[in-house]
Amino acid sequence: MSIGIEHYLTVAAMLFVIGIFGIFLNRKNIIVILMSIELMLLAVNINMVAFSSYMGDLAGQIFTLFILTVAAAEAAIGLAILVVFYRNRGSIDVSDVNVMKG
Amino acid sequence: MPELILFGPLIGALIAGFGWRIIGERAAQNLTTGILIFVAVLSWIVFFQSYEEAETITILRWIDSGSLSVDWSIRMDRLTQIMLVVVTTVSALVHVYSLGYMKDDPQWNEGESYKPRFFAYLSFFTFSMLALVTSDNLLQMFFGWEGVGVASYLLIGFYYKKPSANAAAMKAFIVNRIGDFGFALGIFGLFYMTDSVNFSVIFESGEALSLESFSFLGMELNAVEILAFLLFIGAMGKSAQLFLHTWLPDAMEGPTPVSALIHAATMVTAGVFLVARMSPIFEFASGTLVFVTVLGASTAFVAATIALVQNDIKRVIAYSTMSQLGYMFAAAGVGAYQVAMFHLFTHAFFKALLFLGAGSVITAMHHEQDMRNYGGLRHKIPKTFWAMMLGTLAITGVGIPLTFIGFAGFFSKDAIVEVTYAAGTAAGSYAFWMLVIAALMTSFYSWRLMFMTFYGAPKGDMHTHDHAHESPLVMLVPLAVLSLGAILAGVLGKGVFFGEAVFEWFGESVYMGAQNGVIEAAHEVPKWVKVSPFVAMILGFLTAYLFYVARPAIPAALVKRNQGLYHFLLNKWYFDELYDLLFVKPSLKLGRFLWKKGDGTVIDGGLNGMAMGIIPWLTRLAGRWQSGYVFTYALAMILGIGVLITWFIFTRGTL
Amino acid sequence: MVIATLAFYLFSAVAVVAGLMVVLSRNPVHAVLWLILTFFSAAGLFVILGAEFVAMLLVIVYVGAVAVLFLFVVMMLDVDFTELKSGMSKYVRIGSLIGLVILVELVIATSAWVVADSAPDMRAAITPALDEMENTVAIGSILYTQYVYLFQAAGLVLLVAMIGAIVLTMRHRKDVKRQDIVGQIYRDADKAVEMKDVKPGQGL
Repeated sequence: MSIGIEHYLTVAAMLFVIGIFGIFLNRKNIIVILMSIELMLLAVNINMVAFSSYMGDLAGQIFTLFILTVAAAEAAIGLAILVVFYRNRGSIDVSDVNVMKG
Repeated sequence: MPELILFGPLIGALIAGFGWRIIGERAAQNLTTGILIFVAVLSWIVFFQSYEEAETITILRWIDSGSLSVDWSIRMDRLTQIMLVVVTTVSALVHVYSLGYMKDDPQWNEGESYKPRFFAYLSFFTFSMLALVTSDNLLQMFFGWEGVGVASYLLIGFYYKKPSANAAAMKAFIVNRIGDFGFALGIFGLFYMTDSVNFSVIFESGEALSLESFSFLGMELNAVEILAFLLFIGAMGKSAQLFLHTWLPDAMEGPTPVSALIHAATMVTAGVFLVARMSPIFEFASGTLVFVTVLGASTAFVAATIALVQNDIKRVIAYSTMSQLGYMFAAAGVGAYQVAMFHLFTHAFFKALLFLGAGSVITAMHHEQDMRNYGGLRHKIPKTFWAMMLGTLAITGVGIPLTFIGFAGFFSKDAIVEVTYAAGTAAGSYAFWMLVIAALMTSFYSWRLMFMTFYGAPKGDMHTHDHAHESPLVMLVPLAVLSLGAILAGVLGKGVFFGEAVFEWFGESVYMGAQNGVIEAAHEVPKWVKVSPFVAMILGFLTAYLFYVARPAIPAALVKRNQGLYHFLLNKWYFDELYDLLFVKPSLKLGRFLWKKGDGTVIDGGLNGMAMGIIPWLTRLAGRWQSGYVFTYALAMILGIGVLITWFIFTRGTL
Repeated sequence: MVIATLAFYLFSAVAVVAGLMVVLSRNPVHAVLWLILTFFSAAGLFVILGAEFVAMLLVIVYVGAVAVLFLFVVMMLDVDFTELKSGMSKYVRIGSLIGLVILVELVIATSAWVVADSAPDMRAAITPALDEMENTVAIGSILYTQYVYLFQAAGLVLLVAMIGAIVLTMRHRKDVKRQDIVGQIYRDADKAVEMKDVKPGQGL
């Protein structure tokens, strides 16, 4: 069976939903949330590259570059915030991150 | 001149009512009284003019809308003249009387001003009544109708510090309202059928209406019967006929001059006037006329039975009024409108006399109204005694039958009895017997009143008896004038109200149908009919004499043996209790239900529930999304994504 | 062709399983390692698709930098490997439901995909044939010409991220001795040393 674009899109969809799932499922720490976000971004990347390959349009891959950039930046900042939060609060339990309550 | 008569009292009322602070209390009283006397003199002058046809004096344009075109105007014809005289004379005399009666009223403290208000109300009432009788169209008549209702309310509730007075005023107004509703429906119906409310148009259409009918709730109803019936309901309310009579005895809460003016001579006679005025309509509504006769006769009978056992002097006279009004309606019902007006005319004099005399007795006995505390007063207040004696002679119909000698009531009451017999119909015969028996009872309770009050040994508080004194001159002069009327009104009026000159004198003001020959037939009735009221009167007099002068123990013994009947009569045939059960309590319950549930729960609860219940609940629900927990925000985001994806799928990507 | 198919299924299966394990594992270090495996399999997928530059970039940047950063933070934060908290979050049920819904919808959407007729003409940057240019060269030829502004902007984004990260986490420690460079440089030699004449055998 030849692999069509739907296969790739399906894989991407599954990874995306797993990422979403991961945000809910964990109750341990915030790092897993950040990793789930990375998973979602990866799924999007797969989509982009799949389309770029099957359409013959390089713009998809260029865009993937930029997504990569932004993902890296966001991971860095997210983790920096996490570190500072941990310094001040002493815990990275998700339930404790409720200072913005109300 | 008629304009002066109509507007004089209004001006007096306005000046006295609003300007008494400027002109002073005495000036207010004297101004209103003076205006009324002047207007009364004018009315007598107008009375002796003759009107071939009805004359219409237009004052102002009022409504001009589509086919409804109504003016403020005065209609002068014989009916109007009679009523003008009655109203203004009695009103003037009551004003004069009130100068003395209201002088020191124990109900008010020092410094509280009540006299100008009283006189202003009296003058306002007179104006409304005059507007009613001089009206040229049904709308103006309704204006006057309502105006007298308002004045009655204000005057009954004059002693507003007493809760019973306030309640009585409300009762009067509300019961009247029921009648007014019927009247209003009649006006609407007449406008609907004849496209006009002016008398000149309506009077022409009586015959045409009797042939038409309109459908209502699937029934075909004869137009003129229904309209006449509706108009009569208004008359029932205003004139305290049976079923709408409960307000009249309670109206005695007002000061005695008010009772004399409004509830004896004028307002309650507005119903009779209405029937007489609308005779062109009533003459074609034979069914309604039967109803009028039956009801009038029944009212006369019932009221007389109640008056037999009442102990309050004013209540006796009030029920007497109700009974006499029944007489008038019985006469109108058989087609003898002129005779009804005759009785109205004489009744005004002697009933006002009786009331004012009773007021004199009450002031003499220091505001004691229970007759069981009277007795032997004829030596203490002789002038009042003679006045009341004349009034009683008039009302019971003392006179020599088959002659021209007699007091006022003799002629008018006998005339009514004769016409009811002469009508020949079943209703007429019923009315005849009822009226004769009522005459017997009238005589009995009138003489009972006299004997209990003026004869016998003094009973009750001896201290009050010692202080009983004659009334001042200003109160006695009206009594004298009215006594004159009570003596002479019958003799003088018989010719033109009942005799040969009746049709010529009344002219076009009262319409007699082609088959209506009752007045001529009344002169042909057998002799025993003509003598029967006299016989009834004698019987009543003798019985009262037996019971209260000769053997005073009999009444008490009778009461003990007939407790049920006595209480039935004493409690006014339990009408008040019946109405309370049927109407008042359910209305109050309905009102309370609508207030608590309807207004409270639904409207207030709805609004409050919205404002203080649902909205905060929604807000709190929305606030739960701001929990500060990342999970919640993530969930929100995911929900949003889900919604967006679903939307995209359903719109197939085309935004 | 069979190998391509096999390779695709292999890589995608590994990717999905590894993704699942990222979410489900208890130990955060394990989670990061599973993430690295996911990235690797994704890179393999990219290679199959013919985008080898992006695949290598994925490995270098994502695995080499981001995942390592995650590892650093995990270890730095002294997270105790506590047990899985009992019970699920109360949102799991509705969250998983919505997730399932989204997955189903996406699959439906993708399987019913139809390419518009005008799509090929709307391509922004047409991929040159493989025998003309390789992927990397092709990307480079348009990245620095057509998309140079975006490229520079991406650089700026990275700069901001770097500065931000430093700013957020920098703190002065009181107990660490630091150099005051400026003070050192502007030290005045005359004022720095004071000459004192001391007799032998006597202290200061």
